[in-house]
Amino acid sequence: MLLKVTNLKTSFHTRNGVVRAVDGVSFVLGAGETLGIVGESGSGKSVTCYSIMGLIPQPPGRIEGGQAMFGDMDLLRCGPEELRRIRGARISMIFQDPMTSLNPYLRIEDQLIEPLLIHEKIERSSAIKRAIAALEEVGVPDAAQRIRSYPHEFSGGMRQRVMIAMALITKPQLLIADEPTTALDVTVQAQILELIKKLQRERGMAVIWVTHDLGVVAGFCDRVLVMYAGRIVESAPTQQIFKHPLHPYNRALQKSIPALQAKGAELYTIPGAPPDLARKPEGCAFAPRCEFAADKCRAGEMPLKEAEQGHATACWRVLDGEIKL
Amino acid sequence: MPDTFLELRHVKTHFPVERGIIFRRRIGTVKAVDGVSLHLQQGEVLGLVGESGCGKSTLGRTILQLVPPTEGTVILAGRTLNELHGTELRQARADFQMIFQDPYASLNPRMTVYDTLAEAIGSHRQVPAVEMPARVAALMQKVGLPPRAIKKYPHEFSGGQRQRIAIARALAVEPKLIIADEPVSALDVSIQAQIINLLAKLSREMQLTLIFISHDLSVVKHIADRIAVMYLGKIVELGPAADVFEKPLHPYTKALVSAVPIPDPERERQRQRILLLGDPPSPMNPPGGCPFHPRCSHAVVECKTSVPSLDEFRPGQQAACIRLKEIS
Repeated sequence: MLLKVTNLKTSFHTRNGVVRAVDGVSFVLGAGETLGIVGESGSGKSVTCYSIMGLIPQPPGRIEGGQAMFGDMDLLRCGPEELRRIRGARISMIFQDPMTSLNPYLRIEDQLIEPLLIHEKIERSSAIKRAIAALEEVGVPDAAQRIRSYPHEFSGGMRQRVMIAMALITKPQLLIADEPTTALDVTVQAQILELIKKLQRERGMAVIWVTHDLGVVAGFCDRVLVMYAGRIVESAPTQQIFKHPLHPYNRALQKSIPALQAKGAELYTIPGAPPDLARKPEGCAFAPRCEFAADKCRAGEMPLKEAEQGHATACWRVLDGEIKL
Repeated sequence: MPDTFLELRHVKTHFPVERGIIFRRRIGTVKAVDGVSLHLQQGEVLGLVGESGCGKSTLGRTILQLVPPTEGTVILAGRTLNELHGTELRQARADFQMIFQDPYASLNPRMTVYDTLAEAIGSHRQVPAVEMPARVAALMQKVGLPPRAIKKYPHEFSGGQRQRIAIARALAVEPKLIIADEPVSALDVSIQAQIINLLAKLSREMQLTLIFISHDLSVVKHIADRIAVMYLGKIVELGPAADVFEKPLHPYTKALVSAVPIPDPERERQRQRILLLGDPPSPMNPPGGCPFHPRCSHAVVECKTSVPSLDEFRPGQQAACIRLKEIS
């Protein structure tokens, strides 16, 4: 086991009240495993990752509780010095928009070798050699020349490759990817996905892949967490998530994607909109939009529980066998 | 064709690229749209797909005369739009409207739903003030907005509801043609379906001609009758939606379709991906010959020199590739 997150709670204190962005999230990640976190905007998928990485601005954010054990260290409690030794060395992160994650004033070279100089204390010249090799590995042509360029001289896809090279240059055990292909064209997205798959196979690195695109999850992840309103509502191996959904939200989400529908047929729609996280309804947060909701769904909160081996759901009615999805 | 409603003839939209402050000189041209011809019938839904920078949005704007075409003509219901000026053009605009991607940016934050819609209704015809509330209410009902929302401001709505307001505003002048530029790209999956269903219903019920611009092939496949695939300012494939998606002809369309992830683990893991090399080239100096040849695995020497024309290969399905017979 590489990472074990238990009952993570992160909230933001705003003028509109306390936004409980992540509200009791628990999961484990094995070495070399690929875990997908899917959900719509505001479901807490990014905040979960930012919390683990210690990237939540405090205030207004606050980690209210929980644990994130990476080896024998609790990432939520260790000091900034300890965190700095792990981040960028053993855990790396890539973000959605490569342009805002690269420093426009610095050559790619200086940005690429920074993690090496900080974490490995090696000479600049040998760091540059490793940086060129890293760029070649992610498929940047002419790496020895291009390394002298500035970020604006690269296209979106190439910038994302630079980001990946930078994240992986220290050979981390865990890569957290927060929608890294969402801003890219599909043909470029396909290139990046293949690239990360290849690097992952070669290095046995674990990946947490945050996305709203169920298609990407289907081809890429071993296991999937479906999040809604700050909680995990379903967790299962990828096959099971698609073939045998055990939460009404997951099922509704899949029914509403055009790709899985017969052409021209009216798309299934989930009525209403996700709840305001500062004023979450009592009980199951999905109940107001759920076609199966019963009185008990609005009464108390339902923890994530295993219904079958490795397949957990946060739906009362499915667990009690009252409804079949 | 007698029943052609919208016709584009060799439309080109080029933008000059200039440098210098006092002595501006032209250093190049971005050929955003570079020779597009198209016929659309009334009530037809055309999906316009392509990657960023392929010119699909510029083509949409050119049709609506938001950007004047450099060459070519746009004919809507027998009228040549690019020859209209001033008042004539303003009056003609009642026939065609646009829906934009970002419903947060395209609505005036200081106007209530009522103000926004009433302004649109009154912009092209005189409507007695007493009738206005009923008109606005009817519009809101048409797009599925609750009547009690009439006095609210845009910030009080979610993204999906805002897009409904934008659609209602476009419908206010009873247009015959609507161009929707990535109308669901900024929305969450569960909200996307609501808006797609609404647009499909409206185009059916009102005989609206709809051009649906998107980079998301699966969304377009769902709503469109025909799909046009653009690459570097040109249409490289055009045909019935199901055919273009399931039996693509052009090598670029094949790669594009194979790059779309399918939300089905079994199929997704078995299928063969056609991985394109590199990025789309800059439209400022596009490659000669077929614009796709530097990334095409079937390219031969001839592809570098001869520009392929859009020819019919199957009934109703056209593609622009000189090697189509050999590679299909």
